[in-house]
Amino acid sequence: MNSKVLLPFYVLSTLAVTSSCMGTPSAPAGTTGTRIIQPGAPGEMAQAFDTAELDAIRGLEYSEADVRFMRGMIPHHGQALDMTAMVPARATTDGFSGLALRMQISQRDEIRLMERWLAEREEKIPATNAHRMMMAGDMALMPGMLNAGQMEQLTSATGREFERLFLEFMIMHHEGALTMVQTLFNSSGAGQESLIFKFASDVDADQTIEILRMRRMLEER
Amino acid sequence: MILEQISGFTHRGAALAMVLVMTASLIGGFSEAAAQIAPDSVEAEPLFTWDPNDPRLELGAGWMDAESAIRGLEQVSEIPRPDGFFNPATPDDGRFSNTDLAFEGQYLYQGNYNGFQIYDLEDPNTPMLALSVVCPGGQGDISVYGDLVFMSAQETRGRLDCGIEGVTDSISAERMRGVRIFDVSDLSNPMQVAAIQSCRGSHTHTLVIDPDDSENVYVYIQGTSSVRPTEELPGCSGGEPDEDPNTALFRIEVVRVPLNAPENAEIVNMPRIFADAETGNIAGLWAGGDHGAGTQDTRRTHQCHDITVYPEIGLAAGACSGNGILLDISDVVNPRRIDEVLDPNFAYWHSATFNNGGTKVVFTDEWGGGGQARCRASDPPTWGANAIFTIENGEMTLGGYYKLPVPQTETENCVAHNGSIIPVPGRDLMVQAWYQGGLSIMDFTDPANAFEVAFFDRGPLSAEALFTGGYWSTYWHNGRIYGAEISRGIDVFRLTPTEHLSQAEIDAAELIQIDQFNAQMQPLTVWPAVVPVARAYLDQLVRGNGILNDRVPDVANILDRAERGTATATQLAQVAAQLDQDATAIRAGTRGGDAERLSTLAEVLRNLGG
Repeated sequence: MNSKVLLPFYVLSTLAVTSSCMGTPSAPAGTTGTRIIQPGAPGEMAQAFDTAELDAIRGLEYSEADVRFMRGMIPHHGQALDMTAMVPARATTDGFSGLALRMQISQRDEIRLMERWLAEREEKIPATNAHRMMMAGDMALMPGMLNAGQMEQLTSATGREFERLFLEFMIMHHEGALTMVQTLFNSSGAGQESLIFKFASDVDADQTIEILRMRRMLEER
Repeated sequence: MILEQISGFTHRGAALAMVLVMTASLIGGFSEAAAQIAPDSVEAEPLFTWDPNDPRLELGAGWMDAESAIRGLEQVSEIPRPDGFFNPATPDDGRFSNTDLAFEGQYLYQGNYNGFQIYDLEDPNTPMLALSVVCPGGQGDISVYGDLVFMSAQETRGRLDCGIEGVTDSISAERMRGVRIFDVSDLSNPMQVAAIQSCRGSHTHTLVIDPDDSENVYVYIQGTSSVRPTEELPGCSGGEPDEDPNTALFRIEVVRVPLNAPENAEIVNMPRIFADAETGNIAGLWAGGDHGAGTQDTRRTHQCHDITVYPEIGLAAGACSGNGILLDISDVVNPRRIDEVLDPNFAYWHSATFNNGGTKVVFTDEWGGGGQARCRASDPPTWGANAIFTIENGEMTLGGYYKLPVPQTETENCVAHNGSIIPVPGRDLMVQAWYQGGLSIMDFTDPANAFEVAFFDRGPLSAEALFTGGYWSTYWHNGRIYGAEISRGIDVFRLTPTEHLSQAEIDAAELIQIDQFNAQMQPLTVWPAVVPVARAYLDQLVRGNGILNDRVPDVANILDRAERGTATATQLAQVAAQLDQDATAIRAGTRGGDAERLSTLAEVLRNLGG
């Protein structure tokens, strides 16, 4: 395990660079030879699309900012998994484990999605311990991430004190994710590709709701 | 060639598999709670039982060559997505997903994240591609009214000019998020005539007609995405209601479209349909969260995912993230909420379908968002399912649930999705898409005992990894079932008789022909008094032991003669009178049987006599 923990950030990239996607089925033949048109802005005439430019219809690709977002969000989610993993042994209030479990499921699903997104585009995938390397000061923390001292504080707390700290830190952590989404959408040419748009929108919606719920839980204490 | 491809994929697959295995082991090593996460465990206990001989079990995987299983249906064609609307490298490129369908005249409109296609249905079995229209923006939810085509755009890449290059600036006047309106009167040159910009864009939309207003059509915009900055679209803000009373959350938009000048379409209302009637709090419905131990986590109600209107009865059913709601739309511009329901099994209220009588509504729960495997043996049969409610005096009451009755694999995204009513008289049948779970026809005549009538299912796109695909929607239109497959194209089916559905019932459904069909604007079906309709009722009475055995040959004979044109009005009336007598006896409690259906059949017989 130690040797894996010490893997440099992008050591897995050499594996990922050549990977398309596992299990990709063989491609179909489309319906060919039909007229393709592209409408104009409201009130303007449509233009015929030259079928010789079929490849061009694929249009925009992803941007560097998209890749930065995905690479940053993997360790960000990785830290959330470390935090939720502490809950069963430390929290005591009813409903707390359920909250943590749901976060854990969605963040794990999303990590898989991000890794696949990067792999399919032959982009480097961060090591899973990247968030610990960030805390250790080897790399910059992503917005909202706990530093080493805060993580230590959370690790040593138990019971209601742990729960309070967990909520406060997780709200901060989630707000950081919202900041990352904002940064993405404010970046030139970013967040345009369908999958990135959907994923970033989902993160924004889900974590906004979780923040509201955690604030309510804090108030009700 | 095939072997080379397979080995090539295997090689690359192995590389990624190693990445994922290492990743998993690292996460697993640090995660104390990992073992407790049931939804990720393939070895979890089955939560429902199924027919072990169901042919849908263990179908071989493939993109266009997957194995398939079918019952009660015949597949009559299979049309792949056209060039320019798929990525040959992968079935799962979200920029080209096929989405919803709409029908007008002889044409079928297929929405796609990259635009839409128009198919000619001159031969209803074999859609012929007439035109492809490039206009990205997702999700391409589509409706049609006369010569006007409406399409939803929600993504930040959507451009006013339908360009494929996206919008580079984060604030831009070139961006289009909302509902586009195209004039397709000249099929060779569709023209975009209007682009209605909205704060959250348009995830779906619903065409609405006002029976008293022939000059306009209306569109309800359901936005679910992030709110645009006010710098891009003035007036938009997405704060919480206590800090931001003008928030673009907690509302829908109503667009009025003048039919003689669609370019003047505009938003005319933004009703707060979730408001608390007493306090006025615009966030008056479900606040999000679970409903107690062991219940589902339900999203909060700040948006409708979809609204289905039924203009003839003046009602709409809204599937609104955390609630199912009933709207009075007698004033189309000012929809008024008259009821709302919650369900502890629902994660996300996604879509709604009324029965023809307007006495029931089927709500779907899109647990997992459509991209996850949620029909596994380990998934609860009441989660990610349909909930069927009865409607009485404007109040909804839960009647029962229905979910795909056979498990799907870990690599098949599957959950309840879009469908429509099959117009079989005397029964409530719905054909429904379950993504990679295929299509399933549900009989929900008795909401507490909904059951499957027919199905079609393909194996997964891949046996090794989950690629998003399967049916987005499956709709009945003029005697055929059209399935919009996200990554495979369009499939067309006809019904075939089984013990659950007779040829006469199929004939009665197939004779209903309409010019236009938009699934979210339900049409009222009125069956004509013709022989197939009478035979459908007779078959149902026999199947359900609702008629005296002695009466069956009398009715069958008179229907045969009516078909040949040799039954007189008097003879028909005599048989009808017998049936009425039986119905009266049943109502008086002196005999068992199906009084209501007997009376309906008697009425058809009398009308057959002219």
